[in-house]
Amino acid sequence: MGFTKRSDGRKMDEIREMTAKVGIIPNADGSAMFASGDTIAFASVFGPRTLNPKHQQDPEKGVLRVHYNMLSFSVGERIRPGLSRRSQEISKVTEWALAPALLLDDMPGTAVDVHINIIQANAGTRCAGINAAAMALAHAGIPMKDMVSAVAIGKIDDKIVTDITKEEEDYKEGEGSTDIPVSYLVNSERLTLLQLDGKIRIKELKQALEAGKAACKKVFEIQKAALKETK
Amino acid sequence: MKIMPGDNITKKAIEKYMQENKRLDLRGKFDHRDIEVKFNISKNAEGSVSVKIGKTEVVCGIKMGVGEPYPDHEKEGTMMTTLELLPMSSLDYEYGPPRINAIETARIIDRGIRESGFIDFEKLCIKEGEKVWTIFIDLASINDDGNVLDAGALAAILALKTAKMPVYDEETGMIKYGEFTENSLPLTEDLPLTITFHKLGENVFIDPTKEEERASEGRLTIEMSQAKKDIMINAMQKGEESSLDNETIDKMLNEVEKIFKNLKNLVDAELKKAEK
Repeated sequence: MGFTKRSDGRKMDEIREMTAKVGIIPNADGSAMFASGDTIAFASVFGPRTLNPKHQQDPEKGVLRVHYNMLSFSVGERIRPGLSRRSQEISKVTEWALAPALLLDDMPGTAVDVHINIIQANAGTRCAGINAAAMALAHAGIPMKDMVSAVAIGKIDDKIVTDITKEEEDYKEGEGSTDIPVSYLVNSERLTLLQLDGKIRIKELKQALEAGKAACKKVFEIQKAALKETK
Repeated sequence: MKIMPGDNITKKAIEKYMQENKRLDLRGKFDHRDIEVKFNISKNAEGSVSVKIGKTEVVCGIKMGVGEPYPDHEKEGTMMTTLELLPMSSLDYEYGPPRINAIETARIIDRGIRESGFIDFEKLCIKEGEKVWTIFIDLASINDDGNVLDAGALAAILALKTAKMPVYDEETGMIKYGEFTENSLPLTEDLPLTITFHKLGENVFIDPTKEEERASEGRLTIEMSQAKKDIMINAMQKGEESSLDNETIDKMLNEVEKIFKNLKNLVDAELKKAEK
C-alpha cells in the first residue's frame, strides 16, 4: 500500500497552517510567536549589550547565544524542566542557523541573547523556534542581511513530504520516516541548517532540499506579513 | 530597554505617590491590574492556561503521571508544583537549576492548593500502596512585570479546574498520552485563591508592578478558600527582610476578604466562559 495520503489532507508539498505574531513579550527588546499547525514556539531577544564577563567578549564581532527549551507540559509524557542534551544541541544548531543572517561584525564586544521556548509540540519544534527567533531578531532591530526561514522536510516511505507532523515522523511502514529539518537565508537561497535522521538516497535528498527551499519561501511570506503588522 | 532599575529614586517616587493614595499607574492600592485568561494554550497538556495580569504573563500546564505513593499516605495520590522563571521573560533570570525565588514561589503556590483540600488525593489512588496518580503543576513565566506569585497561583487553579484525566491502560499500567477522558480531576469546592500584600513605608498594596516589587520592603502572602460559609485561610508566608507591625498586618487582614471575593467572581466568570 505505502504512504499515499496525508492524514490531515494536505498535499505532499503543503505546509501546515501557520500563524505568526511579533511583540508578545514586553520585557524583551524583540519577541515573536510562530506556530505551524500544533507546534507553537515563543522567542525573545535581549541585546545587543556588553558581554560580561569580559573574557567572553569577541573584539572582532558580536556573540550570538541561543537557548532552546521545551516546556515540561508541551509534549505527551511530561519532560523534566531544564537543560537536556537534546536542548543543548538544538540551541547550538539554531545559533549556526541564525548567525549567517546577522551583521555581527558591526557589534564587537556585545552579546545578543535569543531565548526560544516551545509551548506546544507536534514535530518541527526547532524549525518553529528558528522562525520565531529570526522574527524576534528583526523585531529587536538587530542588523540583518537576510531573513532565516525553516521547515522540516520528511521522507515518509518513498515520498518527499513538507512540514511533517509527529504522526508522520513516527511512520514505520515501507521505508519508514526520515526527518530533515532545514533552514535557508531565504533571499540568497543559502542553507543554514541541515540535520537528518533516517534513510534516504542522494537523489531523494536533492528533492527534499528543493522542497525545503520552496517551503521556506512560503514561511518567509508569513514572517514578513507579521513583521509588517508591527508598529 | 523597558526594564527600570530598582533604584532609590524610583522607590521614593512610588512611596511619595502611595502616601497620597496614588500609584504610578493610577490604580487603587487594592486593585489588580487587568486580568486576562486564555484556556487550552497547549494541547498536549491535560490542562493549560495563560494568565496575564497587566504585562505579567504566566503559563501553567497540568501533566498527569503514575507513580508510587508516599509510604505514610498509601491511599493518596501525589502532587508536585514547579516554576520556571524563564530567562525569556526577564533579564533578571538565568539558566540553571531553579534559584531560591523560583523554589519559594512554587512552594507557596503548592501549599495553598494542598492545604485548602482543593484536590481529593484519595480519589487519585489506583492501587493502594502501589500505584497512584501524580499531578504535575508546571508553571513558567512568559513576561515578568511583577507579581508572578499571584498570577502563577491563579494560573494553577484555572489549569487544574479545566484539566481532563488522560486514558490509563490497566493492562500495561501506562498512560496513553494524547488520549483524554471526559473526566475532570477530583477537585473539591475549596478553591484556593492567593493574594500577596506588599509593604512600602506605611503603605500596604497588592499586585505590584516590577518597579513596585523592587521597591517593596516586605510581603505577606495569604491563601484562602471558601467552600461553605466562612472564608478560611489555608496558608501564609511572610517574605523579605523587613518586619511587620500589628497595624500593618491588620490593614492587610481587613482588606483581604473583599479582594478574595472580587477575585472569586472573576474566577467563576472565567470558568463559566471556559465551559462553553
